[in-house]
Amino acid sequence: MATLKELATRDGKFCGGHRLCPGCGAGIVTRQVLAAAKDNVVVGCATGCLEVSTTIYPYTAWNTSFIHNAFENAAATTSGVEAAYRALKKRKKFGLEDSKYNFIAFGGDGGTYDIGFQSLSGAMERGHRMLYVCYDNGAYMNTGIQRSSATPLGADTTTSPAGKEIPGKVQYRKELTDIIAAHYIPYVAQASPSNWKDLTRKVEKALSIDGPSFINIISACPRGWRIPEDQGLELHRIAIDSCFWPLFEIEDGVKYTINYKPKTKRPVEDWLKPQGRFKHLFKPENRYLIAEEQKRIDERWEMLLRRAGELD
Amino acid sequence: MGNRIALTGNEAVALGMKQIAPDVVAAYPITPQTEVVQIFSQYVADGDVDTEFVTVESEHSAMSAALGASAAGARAMTATSSNGLELMFEVVNITASLRLPIVMPIVNRAITGPINIHCDHSDVMTIRDSSWILLFGENAQEAYDNLLMANRIAEHSDILLPVAVNMDGFIISHAVENIEIVEDEVVKEFVGDYYPEKYLLDAANPITMGPVDLQDYLFEHKRQQIEAIKKVSGVVRQVSQEFAELTGRHYDLFEEYRLDDAEVALIAIGSTAGTAKAAIDNLREQGIKVGLLKIRLYRPFPAKEIVEALKGVKTIGVMDRAESYSNTGGPLYADIRAAMYDVGGTAQVMNIVYGIGGRDMTVRDLENLITQLQKVTETGEIEERIIHYGVRD
Amino acid sequence: MGDSVKKPGWKDIPIGGRIEDAGNSQKYYVGGWRTRRPVWIKENCIHCLFCWVACPDAAIVVEDGKIQGFDYDHCKGCGICARECPAKSPAIQMRSENIEDQFDS
Ligand SMILES: Cc1ncc(C[n+]2csc(CCOP(=O)(O)OP(=O)(O)O)c2C)c(N)n1
Ligand code: SF4
Ligand code: SF4
Ligand code: SF4
Ligand SMILES: [Mg+2]
Repeated sequence: MATLKELATRDGKFCGGHRLCPGCGAGIVTRQVLAAAKDNVVVGCATGCLEVSTTIYPYTAWNTSFIHNAFENAAATTSGVEAAYRALKKRKKFGLEDSKYNFIAFGGDGGTYDIGFQSLSGAMERGHRMLYVCYDNGAYMNTGIQRSSATPLGADTTTSPAGKEIPGKVQYRKELTDIIAAHYIPYVAQASPSNWKDLTRKVEKALSIDGPSFINIISACPRGWRIPEDQGLELHRIAIDSCFWPLFEIEDGVKYTINYKPKTKRPVEDWLKPQGRFKHLFKPENRYLIAEEQKRIDERWEMLLRRAGELD
Repeated sequence: MGNRIALTGNEAVALGMKQIAPDVVAAYPITPQTEVVQIFSQYVADGDVDTEFVTVESEHSAMSAALGASAAGARAMTATSSNGLELMFEVVNITASLRLPIVMPIVNRAITGPINIHCDHSDVMTIRDSSWILLFGENAQEAYDNLLMANRIAEHSDILLPVAVNMDGFIISHAVENIEIVEDEVVKEFVGDYYPEKYLLDAANPITMGPVDLQDYLFEHKRQQIEAIKKVSGVVRQVSQEFAELTGRHYDLFEEYRLDDAEVALIAIGSTAGTAKAAIDNLREQGIKVGLLKIRLYRPFPAKEIVEALKGVKTIGVMDRAESYSNTGGPLYADIRAAMYDVGGTAQVMNIVYGIGGRDMTVRDLENLITQLQKVTETGEIEERIIHYGVRD
Repeated sequence: MGDSVKKPGWKDIPIGGRIEDAGNSQKYYVGGWRTRRPVWIKENCIHCLFCWVACPDAAIVVEDGKIQGFDYDHCKGCGICARECPAKSPAIQMRSENIEDQFDS
């Protein structure tokens, strides 16, 4: 496992001068993922904040090979790159015989949970040697904070607005990490850039595997979450301590490991309260949603513990 | 050179793909293209070709993976039909814009609404403004030959645009023909190797592809695309010339059949051109001066050359196997009418929309049509300029 | 900020929107976005690099495992580094970019 000093020597594949908002989690996630990646990297990226803010022609923040195709096909596109690598290596073209390349696809929650879901599922099932990273900020931020299937219950977004009749998003978020694990691929994990050690270890592990891997990473959006610019990482810690965003990994579809257990689980209110998108939930008539979310989180945490063999 | 074997259009195309042996093929089955995918899979399974075959979960992913492979530096192909093309439509456009020379056989079939598996050109016509180069063949031999020439055109350094090789669903794809096959080694030499200038798997020279391209640069990139489009017909002719030297089979932007002294001309795309030739031969015997212009390169449209070839023709019947739902007839008709405007001639141009959803177009039908066009030539009277031929009232 | 040079025509740029100068966003300055600037207090720094790993803008300069200071051309002043700094006496302080405010403090 790399120390920060080592990681710092590998830095530089993702540069400053991009146009992500100040304090954007996507920038932190991307930097940590790429710093953990040794060897050559080809990045595929879905349309979304990360892509549109980092490749505004004629500038690019990517100091490594990069391709954006469209919103829903980062996985398929990257699988094509990986297939090309296998083909060209086999045919001894471009001197690739002795080369080492990593293939990393990035997508937001919209480009991953929703519109890119099929493309991702297909690429994982086919077994391409690639790491797919979802930076999950819980909404379509690039187009102005619309709800996605990753948006948490009750969140106020521009297409699940908190109104007089409807108190924000009425559905639970879907647990994509579990769904990808159900592909029985070698490695699936959930991570957070507030825990860089855990995150970079997971990336290193994923890239060491001769097959597909998926890491779902929570990623603060100060604008969409309605939090101050410097609060993102702190909120990630609360997300982990409240078990809203557990850190765990799943090998070969079945072997669950919990990577972090809070000493005392924080109440979900601690996670909701600092964020403007949940403000309305604290009105008396909406508080039942907080209770529902707490129940859901508790059930899920128990399920994870059980699967990891930490509960009988 | 080569040898003759009996093959269906699909078999011929699959064989051509094996001979070209692209680095990557990503494709998804759909009637009537399915056999291409199946036969190619068998080649891979038997070790007859060492292409990486990506068994994608959809056509959207087929084109996306082909795009990724091509961007990475590989020669990439896919193949589809009808709804498959519609599903990949978004990426079809991106492929051309990123200037990736992917080659794709399209087995033409009606697009769904309601579902129909038979031939018309409603699928390919939806990508006619995508800056893909669109080649058509009259039979399996031409589909095969076009395929062998496609990479050379697409990958030419002046072009760098994708090419679709079209053949009519079932009529060509499933009919057995005696086809002259080019030997493997000859194909290999003719098609050559693909060495892109810039590609993703060149870690020493990293590039960014598909960036955000705003008001200040997108137009310049589109202008570059137009420059390539201007050069396509020259490259198509050059590659076809080389192919002719190799095989003795001559191709141009279009084929003129008994057009020299013709007063009536049909313009057709695909297998109907073959049927039309039979009808023309019959009517020529009766003294009717009729000829055919068969489109091979449909996009970019060789307007100037077509107009030149039609000089002296009095009545032109443009055969469209697709509607454009614009009250201006089929797409080919609109192209021909626009092209004729520049020469200001006196020829009557009529449109025959036919064969929708696989509706038959027989030699008898075409004789009938030609007779009607001949009448227009004699009387100068036109009842309806746009005819939907063969539809029941 | 941004580019003031005359933009090239279509004959002078790579086709397909390709960018061949990898990482050239560094030539684009976003420092003007800042309302606050992080100031490094060298003597308090324990070179843990927590700030470096948390910066979204790759704006903290590290050499041989040691912090060298901030890249103000690319720092957007989010303040995450200051919050992450674990040093007993904070080694990063956020100060207003507003000149008058600086005189006040
Ligand atoms: C096919 C298609 N549909 C819609 C869009 C518009 N669009 C672009 S980005 C985006 C949302 C991205 O959300 P997400 O993936 O969560 O990334 P984020 O912006 O939050 O980082 C949408 C809806 C598009 N580009 N393409
Ligand atoms: S809107 Fe949110 S996700 Fe998008 S760049 Fe800004 S902070 Fe990042
Ligand atoms: S203020 Fe923000 S952008 Fe500037 S160095 Fe600190 S973390 Fe980076
Ligand atoms: S976080 Fe603080 S102590 Fe650690 S390296 Fe940065 S400035 Fe120094
Ligand atoms: Mg999002």
